Amino acid sequence: MEPLLKINFIDYLIIIIYFIFVLGIGYFLRKAMITSNDFLLSGRKIPAWITGLAFISANLGALEVMGMSASGAKYGMLTAHFYWLGAIPAMVFVGVFMMPFYYGSKARSVPEYLKLRFDEKTRAFNALSFAVMTVLASGISMYAIAIVFQMMIGWSIHFSIFISAIVVLVYIFFGGLTSSIYNEVLQFFLIVFGFLPITILGLIQADGWGNLATKMETVVRGSTHIWSNLGNTMNNPMGIEWFGMVMGLGFVLSFGYWCTDFLVVQRAMAAKDITAAQNTPLIATFPKILFPFIVILPGIIGISLFPKEAFFSDAGKIDYNRILPVLLGKYLPNGMLGIGLTALLASFMSGMAGNVTAFNTVWTYDIYHAYINKKATDKQLLKMGKYTTVVGVLISIASAYIALGFANIMDYLQLLFSFFNAPLFATFLLGMFWKRSTGHGAFWGLLLGTLAAGIHHLLVSNGIISYYSEMASNFYQAIYSWTTAFVLTIIISLLTKPRPENELVGLVYSLTPKPVTSHIPFYKRPSSLAFAAIILTIIFNIIFW
Amino acid sequence: MLFDIRLPIGFIFTIFGSIVSLYGLLSNQNIYDSHSLGININVWWGLVMFIFGTSFLIFAFRKKAKNE
Repeated sequence: MEPLLKINFIDYLIIIIYFIFVLGIGYFLRKAMITSNDFLLSGRKIPAWITGLAFISANLGALEVMGMSASGAKYGMLTAHFYWLGAIPAMVFVGVFMMPFYYGSKARSVPEYLKLRFDEKTRAFNALSFAVMTVLASGISMYAIAIVFQMMIGWSIHFSIFISAIVVLVYIFFGGLTSSIYNEVLQFFLIVFGFLPITILGLIQADGWGNLATKMETVVRGSTHIWSNLGNTMNNPMGIEWFGMVMGLGFVLSFGYWCTDFLVVQRAMAAKDITAAQNTPLIATFPKILFPFIVILPGIIGISLFPKEAFFSDAGKIDYNRILPVLLGKYLPNGMLGIGLTALLASFMSGMAGNVTAFNTVWTYDIYHAYINKKATDKQLLKMGKYTTVVGVLISIASAYIALGFANIMDYLQLLFSFFNAPLFATFLLGMFWKRSTGHGAFWGLLLGTLAAGIHHLLVSNGIISYYSEMASNFYQAIYSWTTAFVLTIIISLLTKPRPENELVGLVYSLTPKPVTSHIPFYKRPSSLAFAAIILTIIFNIIFW
Repeated sequence: MLFDIRLPIGFIFTIFGSIVSLYGLLSNQNIYDSHSLGININVWWGLVMFIFGTSFLIFAFRKKAKNE
């Protein structure tokens, strides 16, 4: 099998320099890792712009980058709903309304907040399911890196898995969460500088967005407007109408992910104070609003400007996950190709590192400290955090092969999220904003909501329920699972004994004093940033209506 | 304790920018004809990265000087 890209010494030199910097960051941070708090929570002293960029980078793993360009080719601009309908409103919500409880409650993790607000069993359920999900996701990243690098430059699968695992292991083992966050910020800039030239050259070749859009419409009908074709499932390539889109993706999936997934929330928890924690997702919204142009447009450019055969797999069928790697080779000559490959490599590794650091923290604080060794000293916790890094990486390697057999990795990831995050968002919404909700309600709602997602998935895979696309099926699965959790939590809460109000101060909206912002200049206030982000998002929705 | 993140970012982009634009100056034009629409993307984008990297370094060293 001939590799797709011909790389030379200059590209290798760039990749090697990148590895040196990544490991160097871990090495120079090792002395700052004194307590478990330093290692697992960055000692809560990182400025907001850094945690903000890490917040988007942690989510910007290779799956996102390649999955988004794959979806861009399949569904066109409709993919931008993941950003302008999904991510941005959810990020604003978590920053303005939820962060005061996450950060203010002094919880060290999402499961720990559940313990403070509800009870032990809710925490245990969330900690265990999150730990499983996160190593699975990490395994997918590793599997993906290996396949892509084999296809692109002919590295053997074993070599890619070994090198990425060892590098991630080393820099987290020495530098902990801080090392992961610093590398995520570096990765953010690498992705921008590595992929932006593809969009620019593609737009030059197409002679502007107008011409590109005309060509795209002839390839995939209804794919260059984000709202005007949502009246009917037949008119757009995603096979979904606006209700499923708004409720499924816009509300349940996106809020579920951005508001409850510890992988991203952990970045905000590492911020230096409550305003910085609130501003973390809010600062992140601004680059996030522009990311469709870097990650979705290449998909549109690839499928409209090049013959389909360019993206065929060895089996002779179109493979959407090949679009980005093929475009890297088409547009970037040696030199810039090294930068593009480094960007892809960086996103693979920090996607994995994000999972490993989140797994670390949940295992150490919510499983080890909570159930296995309740009297652990901080020294033992730090040691456990470090060992868990090793174990987490090993489990990731083992789970790397589960990802096999799905055409579009993004759909697969959405599938996982709808099992775990969708019902969890119902739990958090009720927990933070309804003081009457109880531990029993939360636990059973969460459990049965997850079960509902599982049952729906079984019905779909056996053909009893069918949708126009896999994407539509995932959106509705999320809606059913969220609704089940929401309704059952309310019913069971009303039937069980509420907790006394004085125990819920700092954990529930109506019982917690609002953070005072009058001493902060207005442009640094969470409310002003939130307002600006919403206005900008509305503008983009209108432009691409 | 913690070092300024702007330092490694500044250094890596200064290095990447220099390498890529230098390679762009020395390489044959036909690799740009066959890839980047005839534009010498290595020189131009290398320059962009170089400017970005050095400005991060300037910020970082200014801040350091201010703190000392």
